[in-house]
Parts: sequence; C-alpha cells; structure tokens
Amino acid sequence: MKTFRILAISLAGLAFAGIAQAAGGAKHPHAPEGGWPFEGATGEYDLASVQRGYAVYKQVCSSCHSMKLMSYRNLGEKGGPFYDPAYPNPNDNPFVKALAADNEIVSPTPNDIGEFEMRPASPADRFRSPFANDAAARAANGGALPPDLSVITKARPGGASYVYSLLTGYPDFEMYEDRVTEANGETVYQTVIDMAKFDKLGADKPQHGPAYLIQPAAQYYNPYMAGDTKPNYLGDPRHAPPGGFLAMAPQLVPDRVEYTDGTPATVEQMAHDVAQFLAWAGDPKLKARKETGLATMVYLGILTILLWFSYKRIWRKVEH
Amino acid sequence: MSGHESTYTPNSAFERWLDKRLPIIRFANDTAISFPTPKNLNYWYVFGAILAICLVIQIVTGIILAMHYEASVAGAFASVERIMRDVPFGWLLRYVHANGASMFFFAVYIHMFRGLYYGSYKAPREVLWILGCVIFLLMIATAFLGYMLPWGQMSYHGANVITSLFGAIPLVGESLQTWILGGPSIGNQTLQRFFSLHYLLPFMIAGVVVLHIWALHVPGNNNPTGVEVQDVEKDTVPFHPYYTVKDGFAIAVFLILFAYFVFYAPNALGHADQSIEANPLVTPAHIVPEWYMLPFYAILRAITFNLGPIDAKLLGVIFMFAAIAILFVLPWIDTSKVKSMRYRPVARQFFVGFVAVCFLLGWCGAANPDDAVIKSLQGEASLVVSYTADGALATSTYKGGEEAYEAARAFMASLPAAAAPSLEAVLAPTFQFRHLSLILTFMYFGYFILLFFIGLGEKTKPLPESIHKSVLRPHKAKTGNPVPAE
Repeated sequence: MKTFRILAISLAGLAFAGIAQAAGGAKHPHAPEGGWPFEGATGEYDLASVQRGYAVYKQVCSSCHSMKLMSYRNLGEKGGPFYDPAYPNPNDNPFVKALAADNEIVSPTPNDIGEFEMRPASPADRFRSPFANDAAARAANGGALPPDLSVITKARPGGASYVYSLLTGYPDFEMYEDRVTEANGETVYQTVIDMAKFDKLGADKPQHGPAYLIQPAAQYYNPYMAGDTKPNYLGDPRHAPPGGFLAMAPQLVPDRVEYTDGTPATVEQMAHDVAQFLAWAGDPKLKARKETGLATMVYLGILTILLWFSYKRIWRKVEH
Repeated sequence: MSGHESTYTPNSAFERWLDKRLPIIRFANDTAISFPTPKNLNYWYVFGAILAICLVIQIVTGIILAMHYEASVAGAFASVERIMRDVPFGWLLRYVHANGASMFFFAVYIHMFRGLYYGSYKAPREVLWILGCVIFLLMIATAFLGYMLPWGQMSYHGANVITSLFGAIPLVGESLQTWILGGPSIGNQTLQRFFSLHYLLPFMIAGVVVLHIWALHVPGNNNPTGVEVQDVEKDTVPFHPYYTVKDGFAIAVFLILFAYFVFYAPNALGHADQSIEANPLVTPAHIVPEWYMLPFYAILRAITFNLGPIDAKLLGVIFMFAAIAILFVLPWIDTSKVKSMRYRPVARQFFVGFVAVCFLLGWCGAANPDDAVIKSLQGEASLVVSYTADGALATSTYKGGEEAYEAARAFMASLPAAAAPSLEAVLAPTFQFRHLSLILTFMYFGYFILLFFIGLGEKTKPLPESIHKSVLRPHKAKTGNPVPAE
C-alpha cells in the first residue's frame, strides 16, 4: 500500500513538473518594461495611452484591419479614452463627433431614393471597415485576411503583450539579405535573415552563423507568430528559430504617427499604445468590472464573517 | 414524502384551512426546516447546497442572456459581444454564466468524490446515487450544448469532434449524426437546436434535482461514519437552523471564489480561440474542451488501437461513455458492507490513487497526445537525410549534437544534385501523453474492479456504535456525560 501512495504522490509531482515546462512553437509574449497599468485587482487603462493608441490604429492599422464590433460612440462612453463627463451620452460629445466625421463610410441605410451613399460617419456608426468584404480584403493582401481587431487581445494567448511583442519583434530591415544560389542549373533569388545576428531571439539565437532563414514571398518572419520555421531554415532543423511567418510587413517605424500630446513616437511607444488601445477595445468594461468586484468582495467578506459567527453560536451546544 | 414524523402545527386559521387542502407549508417545513440531519456532517457535505445555488444562478442568468442572444451563425458571435458591451451589466451576466459552468462542475466533482469516499452510493441510497449520475450526465450535455452558443472557434470545432463520435456507432451512426446536426454538417439549424436544447435541459436537471432530494429524504443523509441514524434525538439535529447556517457559510465562501473568477479573471478558464468567430475552414491547432471535460477527453483519445471488429474511434467512444456508465452500477460493484472509507484502510489508499488518476487524466486531456510527458527526459532528436539513390528513396540517420549536423550537411553536399536530398529532425522516442493516458485509463477502470475484490476480503476497522458516540471528544467520553443535542 505504501508503494501505491508513493506512486500516486510521484505522479502528482510529475504533473506539476510537466505544467512548468513551456509549450514549444512561438516565443512567449512579454509585456513592455514596467508592465501594463490595467493588470492587477485595481489596475485601470492609461487613457492617455489609449488615446494615442487610437491614433496609431486610425493612421496605421485601419488601412487593412477592421474593428467591426466597435462604434465611434464607444470612444466617448464611460471608461473610454475620450469620455467627457459633460456629455454622458457620447453621441452628443463634439470631440467624438469630430473623430467619427473624420471617416467616410458607406451609409448602412439607403437614402430617399434607395441608394447607399458615402457620408461622414456619426458616433452611432460602426468603425469604418477598410474593405467591403473578406474577399476584397484577401485580394488586396496577397491572399491573407487581416484579422478583425475588435477582440484580438482576447483571441490570442498573451493578449496585449502578444500585440506588443509581435509589433516590436520583427527583425530590423537591415537584417534582410539578398542571396543568390544555383539549384538544378537555375539561379534562385532569395531574401534571407541570418538568425545568428538576430539578437532579439535571446537564448534561442543560434551560436554559430550564418544560419539563414528564407523568407517566403510576401511573408515576414516574426518570432511571436504561431507557425513553423523548420521548412525555411537552412541551419540545424533541431534548433529552428521560434515563431513563424505572417503576411503583415513590419508596420511601425519611428515617427510614423504624429502624437498630438508631444510623446516621442518610438516603435516601442506606438506598439505599447496601440496594444493598450486594443486591450481597451476588447474589454471596455474592465474598470466597471473591477469596481463592482471590490464592492462584491467586501459584501461577501462581511457576510462570510457574520455567517461564521452565527454558525459558531448556533452550534455551540452541539458536539459534532 | 419525507421519512420522518411531521412536526408541523398550523398556527393560523388560514394555515389550518390550507393544510387540509394542499399541505404545502407542512411539506416545506418537513423538508427544509425540521428534517433530522446527522450532526456529524463535515464540510465535504456542503456541496449539495452549493450545487442548488449554482443551478439557480445558471438558470436566472441564462434566461436573461437568452433575451439578448441571437441563435444564428451570422449573428451569434456578435450578439454575445454585444451583450458584454451594450446590455447594462451584460458583462456581469455573461461572465457569471460562463464561469458559473466551471463553478458548477467544480462543486459537482467534489460532491461526487465525497459520495465515493463516504460510500453514499450504497444501500439504501442506490437510487439517490443513480439520480445524481443522471444529473451529472444532463450537466455534461447542457455544458456541451452551451459551449456551442458563443459560436467561437472551439464551439464549432469542439462540436464537430463530439458529434462525429456518434457517427462512429455502427449501422445507425451516420444517420444519428445527421439527425443530431439537422443536416450533413454543422449549420444554422444545428446552432438553433443546440440553443433550444440548452434552454430545455436545465429544467430537466431541476426536475431530477427534486427527485434527488426526495430520494435523499427517504433514507436520510449518509454521514462520515457511514453508520445509520439510530436515535433521532441523539444522532441528529433539525436541518434548520443547524445546516441552513452551516451551508450558508459555505455558500458565502464558495461565492468569494466564484466572484474572484468573475471579476478578476473572467477569461482565465476559457480558451483564447473562443474569441475568434467560428470558421469551418480553419481548424485550431489543438482542439480541447473546457477543463471539466478533459479527463473524459483524455480517455477518448487514449484508445488508439482496434479491438477485433471494433475500430479505435468507436472503442474510444465506448470507453469514454463507460467511464460515466460505470458510476451507475457502482452500488453493485462495491462489495463492502462498510460504507465510509474511514474504516476501510485498503480501499482508502486506492481512493486517493483514484483521485490522483482523475487529475492526471485531466492533465493528459489538455496536452497534445504526441508530446513528451517529461521534455527533459527526451533525448536529442536525430537528423535524417532523405534522398533518391538509383531511383529509390533512401535515408541516412545522424545522431549527436553539432557534429551530427555537420556530418549530415557534408553528406548532402557529397550527393549528386539528382538525389534531391532533404534534411529533417526526427524526435527521439519517448514516453508520450498518449501512453500515459492509456495507463491512466486502465487505472481509472481498475479502481472499480479493485473495489469489487477489496470488498470481499478487506479487514475493516471497527465502526463506531452510533453517530452520537462517534462525535464525543475523548475527554468527555471518559466522564460518560455527553452533551445532548438541542
């Protein structure tokens, strides 16, 4: 019987050992330095950052990515980046109206003569979608469909950290090399990256170079993208770099977006802001949720204590 | 219907009038107020009340969610997000309902393990136990149907995997699958019928819960000693206020855990793929069910071999359903006359092992079956060069570190271009999750077989004479002057 118990305990220990080991594949996303302000029991979004993040989305992401679950009014709702207590109804908020009117959309309802005309968006309208439908989006993006970003931070393990890591994780443009080889008497032109020079890989970096990774046409390597690099790796396949390829080229270059609040638009800053904006878009009720949670916990805590003493008192004469 | 004498006396003229026509107050009094309950019930016995609360929470939140939900493949995903964004406190309703399912299963598993440990399935409570198993089955069905409704990637592909299991049944399988789906594949009609049934089953659960409580109140509660009540005065206390307050305290503690998940980690128990709208053309890398189904999923996938005319898929389905079905016949498998494991030193050890096996099966269910159980024990992968020599495919294997790679490269360079060599890494054979799952599956069923044989020859510890005697503290027992129940 002893042996059985030892077996059971060792099996349980083994389970914990297994949970501790990391899953292979893509590199594990990391938060920016200093972490996210919205983590923890009382954490909230940094609304200035969410505002800047909206600018990044508007000027960069929105040319390919839709956010179909979002309306412009959401920007001015309680907990949103442009909320103004003077306008409890965001549809009246002039700033939100101006933000919405910046976008020309096809009216979702027909006009008097039954045509769907172009008009500036109002706060009640959904975010403008860059493409009329998925087929149009694919056709414009080399066959790849840019995912809708409404809930992207909920739809990827790592959430905002994943968005941040992906956007800042690409190799720099200088790392792309042109390589010409002969195969079966034909000249092959390839774009390659020497993984031995890619310092962002950290411990996964190959020790000796050159260790080339071939970029497929219209695809870009990123260590945080789910996928498989083995077929494209010219080095030891047992040490193929983590990550995979995606159709989105690196988008963020310094000063691509001009911030109105004077914040320097570094790649890290823009990635941080847009990731926080997307986190807010995916979970706009976070603040209300945590506030309700605190009140609920206090209530339940007091109730539990009262019930404990009631229990002790009622049972005091019963041996049990 | 309760097995004890009624203590109700109608106090007002109206109560006397009603008592002669519909003795509903008498019934409520005898069931929930004066019902004699063993006084030695420990905290493992609070989960029945917690489960009742869970069912009420799920039904109430579910009814309100259904007012806003749209059961169509075009609108389901967006309508769930709309509930979270635009319905006042919709995020709360939805998170309570989604996490409530996890809490419900968490509580029901403890409730079932408690029943297994204290022998609550044995005579005279076999029917009570079987009704509990029926509730568990209905819960699984309801949870599975409900998981389809948000129309995420796991909803679609999970439903695809599970409904295809019915297709594995010989002769009628294919027709049965089509009948369940309402067509050749999952579509709008499937989502609508799943929604309809997801709304229906909780009320069936509520109905069986009534039977479950009825079947509980005929023989009365089991208790940690497994000794039946002999003297109602000495062995029991009335349900109210003794157990209403104790269960109430436990419910409050349970709600704190519940609230932690709802308010601070609402998506921790879910899967990220559920936030991607269902797409039949893109299959998630790993299809996994919710955590509470993982042990059964592990059993399903553990069977990878054919047995005579039964193919592996059908055999997996049979084992998975057998894992639940065996619970129904447990009262007749366990041969021991002693109920509580407290007095069964041998069976008790195996019970601990059984709980560990269930946890480990859950771990296997979450893992990729081909992965190594312990990565650090897996040796280095070998390199295999495949090439064509004299028109036939040939391979050459290299083992070792850096030098193996150099050797493989050198060999590839030495081959003529026509050989078209390619290099790939082949993982060293190791102990995989599929192996562990298979061992654990046999251990799961082995426990029940062992219960049969252990019961025949086990030397049990002496049972206390009565519940009353068992709860006396040693120093008071010596004085022979126990404190009577109120």
